[in-house]
Amino acid sequence: MAEALDLSAYVSRSGGAAHMTLAVEGVGCAGCIRKIEGGLLRVPGITGARLNFTNRRLAVEWREDAIEAGEVMRALERIGYPAHPFEPERAELDETGHARWLLKCLAVAGFAAMNIMLLSVSVWSGAISDMGQETRDFFHWLSALIALPAAAYAGQPFFQSALRAIRARQLNMDVPISVGVLLALAMSLVETANHAENAYFDSAVMLLFFLLCGRYLERAMRRKTRATAGNLAALRAEIAHRLDAKSGELVRVPAAALRSGDRILVHAGERVPADGVVISGASEIDESLVSGETAPKAVKPGLHVYCGSTNFAGALTLRVTAAGQGTLLNQIERLLDKAVAAKSRYVRLADRAARLYAPLVHATAALTGIGWLAAGASLHDSMITAIAVLIITCPCALALAIPAVQVVAAGTLFRTGVILNSGDAIERLAEADTVVFDKTGTLTVPELRVANAFALEPGVLEMAARLAISSRHPLAQVLAREARTSIPYDGVVEEPGRGVRAMIEGSEARLGNPAFCGVADVQDAADPAASVMAFSHAGGTVLLAIRQQLRPDAVETVKALRRIGNEVIILSGDRGAAVAPVAETLAVRNWSAGLKPADKITILDRLKAEGKSVLMVGDGLNDAPALAAAHASMSPISASHLAQTQADALFLGESLRPVLETVVLARRAHKRMKENLALAVIYNLVAVPIAIAGYVSPLLAAAAMSGSSILVTLNALRARERFASRHRSRTPLHHVLEPEPA
Amino acid sequence: MNVLVYLVPMALALGATALFAFLWSMRSGQYDDMDGAALRVLSDDDVE
Repeated sequence: MAEALDLSAYVSRSGGAAHMTLAVEGVGCAGCIRKIEGGLLRVPGITGARLNFTNRRLAVEWREDAIEAGEVMRALERIGYPAHPFEPERAELDETGHARWLLKCLAVAGFAAMNIMLLSVSVWSGAISDMGQETRDFFHWLSALIALPAAAYAGQPFFQSALRAIRARQLNMDVPISVGVLLALAMSLVETANHAENAYFDSAVMLLFFLLCGRYLERAMRRKTRATAGNLAALRAEIAHRLDAKSGELVRVPAAALRSGDRILVHAGERVPADGVVISGASEIDESLVSGETAPKAVKPGLHVYCGSTNFAGALTLRVTAAGQGTLLNQIERLLDKAVAAKSRYVRLADRAARLYAPLVHATAALTGIGWLAAGASLHDSMITAIAVLIITCPCALALAIPAVQVVAAGTLFRTGVILNSGDAIERLAEADTVVFDKTGTLTVPELRVANAFALEPGVLEMAARLAISSRHPLAQVLAREARTSIPYDGVVEEPGRGVRAMIEGSEARLGNPAFCGVADVQDAADPAASVMAFSHAGGTVLLAIRQQLRPDAVETVKALRRIGNEVIILSGDRGAAVAPVAETLAVRNWSAGLKPADKITILDRLKAEGKSVLMVGDGLNDAPALAAAHASMSPISASHLAQTQADALFLGESLRPVLETVVLARRAHKRMKENLALAVIYNLVAVPIAIAGYVSPLLAAAAMSGSSILVTLNALRARERFASRHRSRTPLHHVLEPEPA
Repeated sequence: MNVLVYLVPMALALGATALFAFLWSMRSGQYDDMDGAALRVLSDDDVE
């Protein structure tokens, strides 16, 4: 191609060396690492290549004076691995940074806990042998020396979060954790100074260690899903044709590198890579990804077109714009802000538990202290017993109960091709009792298909499809996919706006609009959503209906969703005539068509007022506010960028089944979460009376804490069960991230 | 109990060494690509 690909937006430079990160496709084994790295290093000018097998990303470094970025990409393509320039999103970078910090805290807490335990075990054994008081005090002081700085460092994630919650006048799980840890440390310090027998330095630091394990695993899972989402975005990134501002030359650039004010050219059959205003040209565009409307819309200079629409007829020149006043995008963004604000009021299960738990625990501790004081114990002993209650109830199991299940469930979903966007999504997905589907691109496959292909004679279809190869018209390109060979006919003539013709087997064959093929323009009344093409050859004429088709398993999935107790509703931006047949096939009685983004929100609000929890499944730009407003939401991976960022979960592939699987798995995970909370409560019911009675020793506290944590973690593992093995690896996800199963 | 005079500092020093070794290995990126490290060991570039 004559146009050069401009990659400068992705290349970072430092002192003559250039650096770029690429998302690589098709990496699956140890051999791939060697082939890619070895192959690149043989190219003169490339000074470094390192493939990260975990997230399938390649870091390349080269001397700028020797070669340029495009050549690196070509070299990779020659080796056999298509790669896509990649710029990590802000969210992913934050996630990586946070995970590293948690790992550091975890390391500090872990090593501190080990060393303190070493001293504690000596003290415990010393109690039944011959350890003197001086030695015991010495060991306690040593423990304090390790525990105080370690807790100050490793406790930060909890202290910060607790402070934030208190400032917002709320309670979360980190408040009782922080109070427990701080009181345990303070009491131990006082006791040590008084030469007492018991100190709880080991309990405090071990608690931090366990909790950090849970936090870190949760973050690691989230980081993995973010990395996959990032790679998928890079793989799908589109190339735009930018007209250079000075020279007017056409340059190919990744769509992400476009800036407001750039002029771009969109050929017929291409997707519009960015929002913009038409400067010149006239065409018809398909805005189904934007509004759900499947009928093409005419555009002329001065009109807005949106990223993700398909240009059908003629070339268009656009000026890239940011969201302008009064445009559809602007309206959607306003709705979105409102919806997001409304949703942030959702209280997570863990925080709901904390709101109940924290006051209860703190009251119990206070009552214990007062009770002992009233019974005649000294102030010092009453205080110690009260604090012991706080230490033993410090919600170690409770704080692990929910993250542990989330990690297991997110991992299982990941293997079935569902990527979770937010941590609390599982709870909300499990609570859904009404599933609202968008039609275009969600119930239907986003690509168009020849609807009546099965009714045509195979020979005729093949001939039409081979003829279609020579046309650039989007409808013809759909037909061309039906062809078994990719060899075009010779001597094909394209008549713009009408169709193509060629001589085949001695007689003229025509493919195009019905008039061009000599038949009246019949709009198929039974199938008003279809675009009709005609093909004529040797006197015979056939009509080809091209439209979006339902996902192959849509009927079963909708039926199964209903069987497990969900109401199913269709809300579409498309015309009623196009929605009705879909609703009928799926036996959905409750449907609405021709809805604007605001209408969808109104209907969702009404459902919410009726006490229903809605799971919204949608893909279009127009669905984004509804996705944000719904209780839970999912999008197919083909969805518009804005819809993807709003959805709680993304699913891959052509099947609709992941929606069902996600709901089923989320419900099971939710059940495990509640079981775990119940386990934590039972633990407290056993341990608290012992603490109130004043029989808690540091040894007992340590054993109870580890025991309950291990119990809830094991129970969380049950969330994966048979589910994972039955539905393994049917999706193309492992090409992006997962290694091939051995 | 005089043995504690050198045993305790030794234990603490060992613990601290392990902690710093871990932090160093993290900073040098050894945990960035866990799957890759498992596979790289199988390739025999250095033999060729």
